[in-house]
Amino acid sequence: MDIPFTVKERPDTGLYNGKLGIWLFLASEVMLFGGLFSAYVFLRTGAESWPVGSDILNVPMATLNTMFLITSSVTMVMSWASLKLNDFGKFKMYLGFTILLAFGFLVVKYFEYTAKFEHHLYPSTNNFLGIYFTMTGLHVLHVVGGIIVIFYFLVPGNKMWQSDPDRFVNRIEIVGLYWHFVDLVWIFLFPVFYLL
Amino acid sequence: MSEYTPEEIHHHVKTYVMVFVALAALTIITVSISYLDLGVLPAVTLALIVASIKGSLVACYFMHLISEKVTIYWTLLVTLAFFLVLMFVPLSTMLVQAKV
Repeated sequence: MDIPFTVKERPDTGLYNGKLGIWLFLASEVMLFGGLFSAYVFLRTGAESWPVGSDILNVPMATLNTMFLITSSVTMVMSWASLKLNDFGKFKMYLGFTILLAFGFLVVKYFEYTAKFEHHLYPSTNNFLGIYFTMTGLHVLHVVGGIIVIFYFLVPGNKMWQSDPDRFVNRIEIVGLYWHFVDLVWIFLFPVFYLL
Repeated sequence: MSEYTPEEIHHHVKTYVMVFVALAALTIITVSISYLDLGVLPAVTLALIVASIKGSLVACYFMHLISEKVTIYWTLLVTLAFFLVLMFVPLSTMLVQAKV
């Protein structure tokens, strides 16, 4: 009845199934964001004029958000490393910091969006703002999704550490891979929209 | 997953801290460059190079791609190929227009 290869590696792939699963999901995510980056290039190269991001958007706020996400990636990987060292207390601390930093990102993003709306800058205003809100909005949804899953493993889902620790460590590795991907997407969104 | 010894994990942690410092430094560099008036093409090229370095650091060290199984490398290689096709679609229309 047990799900096979949650801990043990599958002989043909050399991986536990969840890990191949998350990488396949991330491959689909690359195509999702890739399609939107492609749309961005299409819009920008076809436009007669394109605004400089820093004239419209708030670079210091986005730089702060970049730091939040980079730091949250480190705390995420440190929580996994803490579990590998059997330190459950530190695991919870690092995972808690990851959620706090993710909320920090959302708060900054909230202020950024509301400042745009106050100046009557909407997705429908022009193509730049249209693709900006689409891509950063989709990214924000990914951050929210990450917070939900990380919170699950921090509080209700952490019982598995007692019953099946190896499987729990793998779950943390998998959510970590997702979270680093969210960071990676922002690493490209930041210069593309704010700095160019 | 149980292949790592505690010593190796401690070594990993040191690497994570170094990668974090590098990512923070590269963020400051890319923001600073954007304040220079370089012109569109050099600015885009430099920003994308810095972003690619940062992305590679995250993928290689935080996502452990530097020591991953071949199945994942193949999956990502195919993904990369399709991603490049996606990026080439708008660029190809540009080239067609440039000829006209």
